[in-house]
Amino acid sequence: MSAARTASTRTAYINARLLDPASGLDAPGALLVEDGRIADLGPRLFADGVPEGVEAIDCEEHCLAPGLVDVRAFLGEPGAEHKETIATGTEAAAAGGVTTVISTPDTNPVIDNVPLVEFLARQADESARVRVRPMAAVTKGLKGQEMTEMGMLAEAGAVALSDGFHTIRSSRVMRRALAYAGNFGVLICHHTEDPDLAADGCMNEGEVATRLGLAGIPCAAETIMIDRDVRLVELTDGRYHAAGVSTPAAAATIRAAKARGLDVSCAVAPPHFALNETEVGDYRTFAKISPPLRSEADRQGMVEALRDGAIDIISSAHAPEDPESKRQPFAQAAFGSVGLETLLPITLGLYHNGNLGLLEALAKVTCNPARRFGLEAGTLEKGAPADLVLFDLGVPWKIDAEKLHSKAKNSAFDGRPVQGRATRTVVGGHTIYRWTNGA
Amino acid sequence: MTALRPTDFPHRHLLDIEGLSSRDITTLLDLAEQYVDLNRGFEKKLSRLHGRTQINLFFETSTRTRTSFELAGKRLGADVINMSVEGSSIKKGETLIDTAMTLNAMQPDVMVVRHHDSGAVDLLAQKVDGAVINAGDGSHAHPTQALLDALTIRRRKKTLSGLIVAICGDIMHSRVARSNIQLLAIMGALVRVVAPPTLLPPAIDRLGVEVHQNMREGLRDADIVMMLRLQTERMQGSFVPSVREYFHFYGLDRKKLALAKPDALIMHPGPMNRGVEIDTEVADDIHRSAIREQVEMGVAVRMASLELLTHSSAARAHRAA
Repeated sequence: MSAARTASTRTAYINARLLDPASGLDAPGALLVEDGRIADLGPRLFADGVPEGVEAIDCEEHCLAPGLVDVRAFLGEPGAEHKETIATGTEAAAAGGVTTVISTPDTNPVIDNVPLVEFLARQADESARVRVRPMAAVTKGLKGQEMTEMGMLAEAGAVALSDGFHTIRSSRVMRRALAYAGNFGVLICHHTEDPDLAADGCMNEGEVATRLGLAGIPCAAETIMIDRDVRLVELTDGRYHAAGVSTPAAAATIRAAKARGLDVSCAVAPPHFALNETEVGDYRTFAKISPPLRSEADRQGMVEALRDGAIDIISSAHAPEDPESKRQPFAQAAFGSVGLETLLPITLGLYHNGNLGLLEALAKVTCNPARRFGLEAGTLEKGAPADLVLFDLGVPWKIDAEKLHSKAKNSAFDGRPVQGRATRTVVGGHTIYRWTNGA
Repeated sequence: MTALRPTDFPHRHLLDIEGLSSRDITTLLDLAEQYVDLNRGFEKKLSRLHGRTQINLFFETSTRTRTSFELAGKRLGADVINMSVEGSSIKKGETLIDTAMTLNAMQPDVMVVRHHDSGAVDLLAQKVDGAVINAGDGSHAHPTQALLDALTIRRRKKTLSGLIVAICGDIMHSRVARSNIQLLAIMGALVRVVAPPTLLPPAIDRLGVEVHQNMREGLRDADIVMMLRLQTERMQGSFVPSVREYFHFYGLDRKKLALAKPDALIMHPGPMNRGVEIDTEVADDIHRSAIREQVEMGVAVRMASLELLTHSSAARAHRAA
C-alpha cells in the first residue's frame, strides 16, 4: 500500500482553511507534513513564507481536514471481485476523500479466521490506495451460531467484529458474543434488522409499499433488535455499535442507553438522512437498500439525531452490486448502494442545509469513527499520520453513477445535485488523488 | 490412631460445604491425614465400618470418584454395592424418590450419590434413613472434591489460611469450583476465579471471590493454580470459540504459570484435557503438579467422610428416633 511508505520530504499546505473537528479548529492557516506525519499547523505557520527545501502546496483557501474514516464498506475481496476489489473500492474512497476504510467480513469465504485476516492485510498491502482495516465476523460463517476466535482475530488485526448485513437472531448467541468480545475490548457492530419481521420485505412498510404492491419492512424490525441489543449490552458490559440505523426510535434507544452509561454507539448511512422512501419511485432498484429508505418524518428524525449526538458516526455502508443483481424485479434485486465516493458531499449537505455546523458534520466522518474504532486517524493533531482531504466546500456538481470509481455503479444518489467535493486526498503524506474542476 | 468421639462431626449427611464449620473441616482433614498413612502401608484394611452397607448410586457416569468411594468403603470394612443408573432411563422427580425409597428399604447405612441435576442429591437425602454423601450434583456441589483439594494443599503448604488460590476455567458449569470457593473461604484463603465472561456464572463476585477475565492478571502471585475442565457435556451452544483460542488465552502453559509464585502448586480435579486447559509439560511437572496426589488424597478424604458420618452424633440421634 502506498500509504505505508513515508515521505522523506517536507510538504507545506499553505493558504488553507484548516478544519479539525477533534480540536474545534476552523481557521485559515497552513499545515506542515514531515515524514508522513503532521509536524505543525496553525494560522501563523509559514506567515513569512515557506522555507527552502519544503515543497509548498497552495490550497487556494479550500478546506483542509482530516481524511475521512469510513467504518463500513464492502470491498469485494475475496469472492466478489466482480462487484468490487480492494483496488477499485479504495480508488473510490480516495476520490471521496476517505483515507481509512474499515472493510466488512461478509465476503466469500467469510473473514472468520486468522489466516483470512492476514490474507486481507496482504491484499491491502498490494493493492489498496488508502488504509484498509478489516473487521472479522462475529459468528463462524455468519451463521449466527458459533462465535469466532475473537481474541485471536483481534490480535491478528481485526479492528472490530461484525456479521456484515446479517443480523444475529439468537439472543443467547448475541449475549455471549458481547460478553466474550467485551473481555478483549472488541467492539461488536451489528446490523439491526429482525430477520423474522423483515422476512420478504424489500422496502419500508407503509403507504408507498402498499401502493407499489411490495412487501414492507416495518420500523419495528429495527427497533426490536436494537432494544434487545441494548438490554444485552446492559447484561454483559459489552461494547456495541449499531452499524446503520434508519428510525428515530432506534436513535432514541441509543440516546437513552448512552445516558445510562452503556458503551454503545450508532451510525447512519447517508441515504437515511438524505433520502426517503419515495426514491423507490417506479421500482428503482438503486434505492433498494438495507435498512430500507424510510418515510420523510423518519429522515428528518435522523437529521435530528445527528444534531443531538444520538448518532455518532456517518458511514458509507458501501454495498457494491453488479448490474445483474440490480436489473431485476424490485423484490428480487439485491439490497445496497455504493457510498464511499459520495460520503463527503452528502455529509456536507448537512452543513449546506443548515442542519449541522461544518465541524459537527465532519466529526461524524473523521474523529468520531476513529475514536470509536480505536484508530490513530481522523485528526489534525501534531504527530498524527498525514491522512488529509482537501475539499472545495462550495463547488456544485451532479453525482453521475457512471463516473464513480467503484467497480459497481449502484448509487442511490445517482443524478443528485450536490455541493462540495474532494480535490486532493493525502495518505501518509502522499497525494493519492487529485481533482481539478473541469478537467 | 486416635479414637473418634461421636460429637466430632455434627452432621447427618455430607451434601455441601455450606454448613460446615472450619472445625468440622479440620476434624475431617485430620482424620483423613491418618488414612493417608494407612493407605500407603502394606496392610490397608480396617474394620471400622464392619457390618455397614454402603451403596454407591451414580446417575452420571464416573470412574475415578466411584472407584475412590468404593475403595474407601472397602478399606474401612464396609459392604459396598455399586449401582450405575443410565441417566436416560430414570427421570427426575418422583422416579428419583421412588429409587431412593426402594434402596432405603434395603437398610443401607450410607449412600454415595452422584446426579446430573443440581439439588437431586438433597432431594434424595430427605427420603432415606442412612447417611448420604453427595458425590457431585449438577453444577452445584462436590464436597469431597473440595475436601481432598484442601487436604492436598494443606499437606504441601502447611495451611490454607492466607493462600491465594486461582481457580481457572469453566467456573460456570463447575460444582468443583463452587465447593472449593466455599471451603477455601471458610478456611481463610483468598480465592480468585479466572475465566472468559461466557464461563463465569452471573454475580459470582457475590460469593466472595476476586473475578479475573484476564488469566495473566488472575495468576499473578498465586500460591495455587487450580485448573478446571471445559464441561462440554453441560454446555448448550458455544461458550468459547474454539479449543485453540481457549488454550491461547486460558490454557495453563509455562508462560502463564511464570506469573504465579515460583513454588505455586498446580491442581486439576480431572479428567484433564491436555492441550485444552492445560499444557502437557505443565501437567506432568513433578515438582509443581499435585494432580496425582489429589487422587490419592481422594481415597483418604472419602474414608474420613464415611467414618465420620456413620459415627456422627446426628446419625445416632436419627437412628434412635
